[in-house]
Amino acid sequence: MTKKLMSPYWAGFGLGLTLLLAYVFYGKGLGSTAAMMRTVVSIEKLFATAHVQQNSYLASYGAFESNPLNNWVIFQIIGLIFGSFLSGIWAGRAKKETNKGPRISNKQRFIYSVIGGVLFGFGARLARGCTSGVALSGGATLSLGSWVTMLCIFGGAYIIAPFIRKLWV
Amino acid sequence: MFPLTYFHELSLNTEYFMAFIVGIFFGFFLEQAGFGNARRLALTFYLKNLTVVKAFFTAIITAMTGIILLDHFGILAMDISWINPSYMWPGIVGGLIMGAGFAIGGYCPGTGIVGVATFKIDAIFNVLGGLLGMLIFVEVFPLIENFYSAGNFGERMTLPEFFSISVGIVGAAIIVMALAAFWASEWAEKKFGKEEEG
Repeated sequence: MTKKLMSPYWAGFGLGLTLLLAYVFYGKGLGSTAAMMRTVVSIEKLFATAHVQQNSYLASYGAFESNPLNNWVIFQIIGLIFGSFLSGIWAGRAKKETNKGPRISNKQRFIYSVIGGVLFGFGARLARGCTSGVALSGGATLSLGSWVTMLCIFGGAYIIAPFIRKLWV
Repeated sequence: MFPLTYFHELSLNTEYFMAFIVGIFFGFFLEQAGFGNARRLALTFYLKNLTVVKAFFTAIITAMTGIILLDHFGILAMDISWINPSYMWPGIVGGLIMGAGFAIGGYCPGTGIVGVATFKIDAIFNVLGGLLGMLIFVEVFPLIENFYSAGNFGERMTLPEFFSISVGIVGAAIIVMALAAFWASEWAEKKFGKEEEG
Protein backbone atom coordinates (compact mmCIF):
# COMPACT_ATOMS: atom_id res chain seq x y z
CA MET A 1 0.00 0.00 0.00
CA THR A 2 1.51 3.28 -1.13
CA LYS A 3 1.23 6.18 1.30
CA LYS A 4 0.29 9.65 0.08
CA LEU A 5 3.06 12.08 -0.81
CA MET A 6 3.81 14.97 1.50
CA SER A 7 2.41 18.33 0.37
CA PRO A 8 5.00 20.07 -1.85
CA TYR A 9 5.00 23.04 0.49
CA TRP A 10 5.65 20.95 3.62
CA ALA A 11 8.35 18.94 1.82
CA GLY A 12 9.92 22.21 0.64
CA PHE A 13 9.73 23.62 4.18
CA GLY A 14 11.51 20.50 5.45
CA LEU A 15 14.15 20.81 2.74
CA GLY A 16 14.68 24.46 3.62
CA LEU A 17 15.13 23.65 7.33
CA THR A 18 17.56 20.89 6.35
CA LEU A 19 19.62 23.39 4.34
CA LEU A 20 19.53 25.82 7.27
CA LEU A 21 20.72 23.01 9.56
CA ALA A 22 23.66 22.34 7.21
CA TYR A 23 24.72 26.01 7.50
CA VAL A 24 24.28 25.99 11.29
CA PHE A 25 26.33 22.78 11.59
CA TYR A 26 29.20 23.39 9.18
CA GLY A 27 28.66 26.63 7.26
CA LYS A 28 28.12 24.93 3.91
CA GLY A 29 25.06 23.83 1.95
CA LEU A 30 23.58 20.72 0.43
CA GLY A 31 25.33 18.98 -2.45
CA SER A 32 25.08 15.99 -4.73
CA THR A 33 27.51 16.33 -7.62
CA ALA A 34 30.59 17.03 -5.51
CA ALA A 35 30.28 13.55 -4.01
CA MET A 36 29.77 12.02 -7.46
CA MET A 37 32.83 13.92 -8.71
CA ARG A 38 34.92 12.58 -5.85
CA THR A 39 33.76 9.07 -6.69
CA VAL A 40 34.93 9.55 -10.29
CA VAL A 41 38.30 10.90 -9.12
CA SER A 42 38.84 8.01 -6.70
CA ILE A 43 38.11 5.48 -9.47
CA GLU A 44 40.46 7.28 -11.87
CA LYS A 45 43.11 7.34 -9.17
CA LEU A 46 42.93 3.57 -8.87
CA PHE A 47 43.69 3.08 -12.55
CA ALA A 48 45.77 6.15 -13.42
CA THR A 49 47.42 7.70 -10.38
CA ALA A 50 49.95 9.74 -12.38
CA HIS A 51 47.17 11.14 -14.58
CA VAL A 52 45.31 12.43 -11.51
CA GLN A 53 48.41 14.37 -10.39
CA GLN A 54 48.90 15.93 -13.86
CA ASN A 55 45.34 17.15 -14.47
CA SER A 56 44.97 20.25 -12.27
CA TYR A 57 41.22 19.75 -11.86
CA LEU A 58 41.58 16.11 -10.80
CA ALA A 59 44.53 16.96 -8.56
CA SER A 60 42.45 19.53 -6.67
CA TYR A 61 40.19 16.69 -5.54
CA GLY A 62 42.79 14.21 -4.40
CA ALA A 63 46.41 14.39 -5.41
CA PHE A 64 49.18 12.33 -3.83
CA GLU A 65 48.34 10.93 -0.40
CA SER A 66 44.93 12.52 0.03
CA ASN A 67 41.88 10.32 -0.38
CA PRO A 68 39.20 11.96 -2.59
CA LEU A 69 36.49 10.21 -0.56
CA ASN A 70 37.69 11.59 2.77
CA ASN A 71 35.30 14.55 2.68
CA TRP A 72 32.05 15.60 4.34
CA VAL A 73 30.11 15.61 1.01
CA ILE A 74 30.54 11.82 0.81
CA PHE A 75 28.88 11.38 4.21
CA GLN A 76 26.06 13.73 3.25
CA ILE A 77 25.38 11.59 0.18
CA ILE A 78 25.45 8.37 2.23
CA GLY A 79 22.86 10.04 4.47
CA LEU A 80 20.80 11.06 1.43
CA ILE A 81 20.75 7.46 0.17
CA PHE A 82 19.83 6.21 3.63
CA GLY A 83 17.11 8.83 4.21
CA SER A 84 15.44 8.41 0.83
CA PHE A 85 15.62 4.62 1.11
CA LEU A 86 13.92 4.66 4.54
CA SER A 87 11.29 7.12 3.31
CA GLY A 88 10.63 5.02 0.20
CA ILE A 89 10.34 1.77 2.15
CA TRP A 90 8.07 3.33 4.77
CA ALA A 91 5.80 4.89 2.13
CA GLY A 92 5.74 1.83 -0.13
CA ARG A 93 7.36 3.71 -3.01
CA ALA A 94 10.66 1.81 -3.00
CA LYS A 95 9.89 -0.69 -5.72
CA LYS A 96 11.59 -1.88 -8.87
CA GLU A 97 10.09 0.16 -11.70
CA THR A 98 10.84 2.49 -14.60
CA ASN A 99 9.04 5.82 -14.84
CA LYS A 100 8.52 7.26 -18.32
CA GLY A 101 5.97 8.74 -20.69
CA PRO A 102 3.40 6.32 -22.16
CA ARG A 103 4.69 6.66 -25.74
CA ILE A 104 8.24 5.33 -25.38
CA SER A 105 9.69 1.91 -24.54
CA ASN A 106 11.77 1.10 -21.47
CA LYS A 107 14.84 0.77 -23.67
CA GLN A 108 14.32 4.25 -25.14
CA ARG A 109 13.82 5.61 -21.63
CA PHE A 110 17.13 4.10 -20.49
CA ILE A 111 19.02 5.62 -23.44
CA TYR A 112 17.57 9.10 -22.85
CA SER A 113 18.21 8.70 -19.14
CA VAL A 114 21.92 8.14 -19.82
CA ILE A 115 22.07 11.09 -22.26
CA GLY A 116 20.36 13.38 -19.74
CA GLY A 117 22.72 12.19 -17.03
CA VAL A 118 25.82 12.85 -19.15
CA LEU A 119 24.63 16.38 -19.94
CA PHE A 120 23.72 17.11 -16.33
CA GLY A 121 27.01 15.72 -15.03
CA PHE A 122 29.06 17.76 -17.49
CA GLY A 123 27.03 20.94 -16.97
CA ALA A 124 27.18 20.61 -13.19
CA ARG A 125 30.98 20.52 -13.21
CA LEU A 126 31.15 23.48 -15.58
CA ALA A 127 28.80 25.51 -13.36
CA ARG A 128 30.56 24.36 -10.15
CA GLY A 129 27.51 22.50 -8.82
CA CYS A 130 24.02 21.25 -9.57
CA THR A 131 20.44 21.87 -8.47
CA SER A 132 21.25 21.26 -4.81
CA GLY A 133 24.75 22.73 -4.49
CA VAL A 134 24.24 25.79 -6.68
CA ALA A 135 20.54 26.45 -7.35
CA LEU A 136 19.19 25.57 -3.88
CA SER A 137 22.11 26.35 -1.55
CA GLY A 138 23.47 29.27 -3.57
CA GLY A 139 19.92 30.52 -4.09
CA ALA A 140 19.18 30.61 -0.36
CA THR A 141 22.48 32.38 0.39
CA LEU A 142 21.71 34.94 -2.36
CA SER A 143 24.82 34.25 -4.47
CA LEU A 144 24.60 36.26 -7.70
CA GLY A 145 26.13 33.53 -9.87
CA SER A 146 23.92 30.84 -8.34
CA TRP A 147 20.74 32.77 -9.18
CA VAL A 148 21.91 33.15 -12.78
CA THR A 149 22.70 29.42 -13.01
CA MET A 150 19.36 28.50 -11.38
CA LEU A 151 17.44 30.55 -13.96
CA CYS A 152 19.50 28.94 -16.74
CA ILE A 153 18.69 25.43 -15.47
CA PHE A 154 14.94 26.11 -15.47
CA GLY A 155 15.21 28.13 -18.70
CA GLY A 156 17.19 25.42 -20.49
CA ALA A 157 14.71 22.73 -19.45
CA TYR A 158 11.67 24.74 -20.59
CA ILE A 159 13.35 25.55 -23.94
CA ILE A 160 14.19 21.88 -24.68
CA ALA A 161 10.96 20.35 -23.32
CA PRO A 162 8.61 21.07 -26.28
CA PHE A 163 11.00 19.27 -28.65
CA ILE A 164 11.03 16.08 -26.59
CA ARG A 165 7.39 16.03 -25.55
CA LYS A 166 7.09 12.39 -26.67
CA LEU A 167 9.45 11.29 -23.89
CA TRP A 168 7.11 12.31 -21.11
CA VAL A 169 3.58 13.18 -22.18
CA MET B 1 27.89 31.12 17.74
CA PHE B 2 27.40 29.10 14.58
CA PRO B 3 28.47 27.38 12.28
CA LEU B 4 29.36 24.84 14.94
CA THR B 5 32.49 23.56 13.21
CA TYR B 6 33.94 27.09 12.97
CA PHE B 7 33.55 27.97 16.64
CA HIS B 8 34.25 24.66 18.34
CA GLU B 9 37.12 22.22 18.20
CA LEU B 10 35.27 19.27 16.72
CA SER B 11 36.81 16.12 15.36
CA LEU B 12 36.54 15.39 11.66
CA ASN B 13 34.36 12.40 12.55
CA THR B 14 31.90 14.72 14.28
CA GLU B 15 31.62 16.87 11.14
CA TYR B 16 31.12 13.76 9.01
CA PHE B 17 28.42 12.54 11.37
CA MET B 18 26.62 15.90 11.14
CA ALA B 19 26.83 15.70 7.34
CA PHE B 20 25.31 12.21 7.52
CA ILE B 21 22.39 13.47 9.66
CA VAL B 22 21.79 16.41 7.27
CA GLY B 23 21.89 13.95 4.36
CA ILE B 24 19.21 11.77 5.95
CA PHE B 25 16.79 14.70 6.19
CA PHE B 26 17.76 15.81 2.66
CA GLY B 27 16.93 12.39 1.22
CA PHE B 28 13.79 12.01 3.32
CA PHE B 29 12.18 15.23 2.13
CA LEU B 30 13.19 14.72 -1.52
CA GLU B 31 11.57 11.28 -1.46
CA GLN B 32 8.52 12.53 0.42
CA ALA B 33 7.96 15.15 -2.30
CA GLY B 34 7.88 12.32 -4.84
CA PHE B 35 11.21 13.27 -6.43
CA GLY B 36 12.33 9.65 -6.82
CA ASN B 37 10.05 9.53 -9.85
CA ALA B 38 11.51 10.98 -13.06
CA ARG B 39 8.17 11.48 -14.79
CA ARG B 40 6.84 13.50 -11.91
CA LEU B 41 9.93 15.71 -12.16
CA ALA B 42 9.76 16.01 -15.96
CA LEU B 43 6.06 16.95 -15.96
CA THR B 44 7.25 20.22 -14.40
CA PHE B 45 8.39 21.29 -17.85
CA TYR B 46 4.94 20.63 -19.36
CA LEU B 47 3.20 22.54 -16.54
CA LYS B 48 1.29 19.40 -15.59
CA ASN B 49 2.85 18.82 -12.19
CA LEU B 50 4.58 21.73 -10.51
CA THR B 51 5.63 20.03 -7.28
CA VAL B 52 9.25 20.89 -8.16
CA VAL B 53 8.56 24.62 -8.40
CA LYS B 54 6.50 24.66 -5.20
CA ALA B 55 8.92 22.58 -3.11
CA PHE B 56 12.06 24.23 -4.52
CA PHE B 57 10.99 27.81 -3.88
CA THR B 58 9.48 26.95 -0.49
CA ALA B 59 12.87 25.49 0.45
CA ILE B 60 14.69 28.59 -0.83
CA ILE B 61 12.56 31.11 1.07
CA THR B 62 12.59 28.97 4.24
CA ALA B 63 16.38 28.58 4.33
CA MET B 64 16.96 32.14 3.10
CA THR B 65 14.74 33.67 5.81
CA GLY B 66 16.43 31.56 8.49
CA ILE B 67 19.92 32.45 7.28
CA ILE B 68 19.16 36.19 6.99
CA LEU B 69 17.63 36.33 10.48
CA LEU B 70 20.30 34.21 12.21
CA ASP B 71 23.01 36.26 10.50
CA HIS B 72 21.31 39.56 11.41
CA PHE B 73 21.09 38.66 15.10
CA GLY B 74 24.72 37.52 15.17
CA ILE B 75 23.93 33.85 15.70
CA LEU B 76 25.19 32.50 12.36
CA ALA B 77 28.38 34.03 10.95
CA MET B 78 27.66 34.17 7.22
CA ASP B 79 30.78 36.28 6.57
CA ILE B 80 32.92 33.18 7.15
CA SER B 81 30.44 30.61 5.77
CA TRP B 82 30.42 29.30 2.20
CA ILE B 83 29.02 31.55 -0.51
CA ASN B 84 28.98 30.15 -4.06
CA PRO B 85 31.38 32.00 -6.39
CA SER B 86 30.02 33.89 -9.41
CA TYR B 87 31.74 32.82 -12.63
CA MET B 88 29.13 34.00 -15.11
CA TRP B 89 30.01 32.33 -18.42
CA PRO B 90 30.55 28.77 -17.21
CA GLY B 91 27.57 29.32 -14.87
CA ILE B 92 25.29 30.29 -17.76
CA VAL B 93 26.46 27.62 -20.23
CA GLY B 94 26.63 24.94 -17.52
CA GLY B 95 23.14 25.90 -16.35
CA LEU B 96 21.65 25.63 -19.84
CA ILE B 97 23.34 22.23 -20.37
CA MET B 98 22.00 21.06 -17.00
CA GLY B 99 18.51 22.23 -17.97
CA ALA B 100 18.65 20.21 -21.19
CA GLY B 101 19.90 17.21 -19.24
CA PHE B 102 17.08 17.63 -16.72
CA ALA B 103 14.36 17.65 -19.41
CA ILE B 104 15.89 14.73 -21.37
CA GLY B 105 16.90 12.53 -18.44
CA GLY B 106 14.11 13.47 -16.04
CA TYR B 107 16.42 13.62 -13.04
CA CYS B 108 18.93 16.00 -11.57
CA PRO B 109 21.89 14.32 -9.79
CA GLY B 110 20.42 14.45 -6.26
CA THR B 111 17.00 13.18 -7.29
CA GLY B 112 18.67 10.53 -9.49
CA ILE B 113 20.35 9.17 -6.38
CA VAL B 114 16.97 9.21 -4.59
CA GLY B 115 15.64 7.21 -7.56
CA VAL B 116 18.43 4.65 -7.24
CA ALA B 117 17.85 4.36 -3.47
CA THR B 118 14.18 3.57 -4.17
CA PHE B 119 14.96 1.00 -6.91
CA LYS B 120 14.07 3.00 -10.05
CA ILE B 121 15.84 1.27 -12.95
CA ASP B 122 15.89 4.40 -15.14
CA ALA B 123 17.60 6.27 -12.28
CA ILE B 124 20.51 3.83 -12.29
CA PHE B 125 21.12 4.70 -15.95
CA ASN B 126 20.89 8.40 -15.12
CA VAL B 127 23.44 8.29 -12.30
CA LEU B 128 25.86 6.25 -14.43
CA GLY B 129 25.40 8.84 -17.19
CA GLY B 130 26.13 11.59 -14.66
CA LEU B 131 29.39 9.96 -13.60
CA LEU B 132 30.32 9.57 -17.29
CA GLY B 133 29.54 13.25 -17.95
CA MET B 134 31.86 14.24 -15.10
CA LEU B 135 34.59 11.96 -16.40
CA ILE B 136 34.27 13.66 -19.81
CA PHE B 137 34.44 17.06 -18.10
CA VAL B 138 37.66 16.36 -16.20
CA GLU B 139 39.32 14.89 -19.28
CA VAL B 140 38.51 17.94 -21.44
CA PHE B 141 39.20 20.34 -18.56
CA PRO B 142 42.70 21.33 -19.78
CA LEU B 143 41.08 22.53 -23.04
CA ILE B 144 38.37 24.64 -21.37
CA GLU B 145 40.34 25.85 -18.37
CA ASN B 146 40.18 29.50 -19.47
CA PHE B 147 36.43 29.36 -20.08
CA TYR B 148 35.96 27.75 -16.66
CA SER B 149 37.27 30.94 -15.02
CA ALA B 150 35.58 33.39 -17.41
CA GLY B 151 33.35 36.23 -16.23
CA ASN B 152 34.43 36.29 -12.61
CA PHE B 153 32.04 38.61 -10.77
CA GLY B 154 33.56 37.71 -7.41
CA GLU B 155 34.19 34.76 -5.14
CA ARG B 156 31.46 35.87 -2.71
CA MET B 157 29.28 38.17 -4.80
CA THR B 158 25.69 38.34 -3.56
CA LEU B 159 22.51 39.86 -4.99
CA PRO B 160 22.32 42.58 -2.27
CA GLU B 161 25.94 43.58 -2.87
CA PHE B 162 25.69 43.53 -6.66
CA PHE B 163 22.50 45.60 -6.82
CA SER B 164 23.41 47.70 -3.73
CA ILE B 165 20.07 46.89 -2.11
CA SER B 166 19.69 45.83 1.53
CA VAL B 167 19.46 42.12 2.32
CA GLY B 168 16.00 42.62 3.81
CA ILE B 169 14.59 44.13 0.61
CA VAL B 170 16.13 41.42 -1.60
CA GLY B 171 14.75 38.74 0.75
CA ALA B 172 11.28 40.31 0.72
CA ALA B 173 11.34 40.56 -3.09
CA ILE B 174 12.26 36.88 -3.40
CA ILE B 175 9.44 35.91 -1.02
CA VAL B 176 6.94 37.92 -3.10
CA MET B 177 8.27 36.29 -6.30
CA ALA B 178 7.98 32.83 -4.73
CA LEU B 179 4.38 33.50 -3.66
CA ALA B 180 3.60 34.61 -7.22
CA ALA B 181 5.22 31.40 -8.53
CA PHE B 182 3.08 29.31 -6.15
CA TRP B 183 -0.08 31.05 -7.30
CA ALA B 184 0.91 30.60 -10.98
CA SER B 185 1.75 26.92 -10.37
CA GLU B 186 -1.64 26.18 -8.82
CA TRP B 187 -3.31 28.02 -11.69
CA ALA B 188 -1.29 26.15 -14.37
CA GLU B 189 -2.00 22.74 -12.87
CA LYS B 190 -5.74 23.48 -13.04
CA LYS B 191 -5.50 24.89 -16.54
CA PHE B 192 -3.29 22.19 -18.12
CA GLY B 193 -4.66 19.27 -16.15
CA LYS B 194 -2.70 18.02 -13.21
CA GLU B 195 -1.07 14.64 -13.78
CA GLU B 196 0.56 12.50 -11.15
CA GLU B 197 3.45 10.27 -12.09
CA GLY B 198 3.09 7.24 -14.34
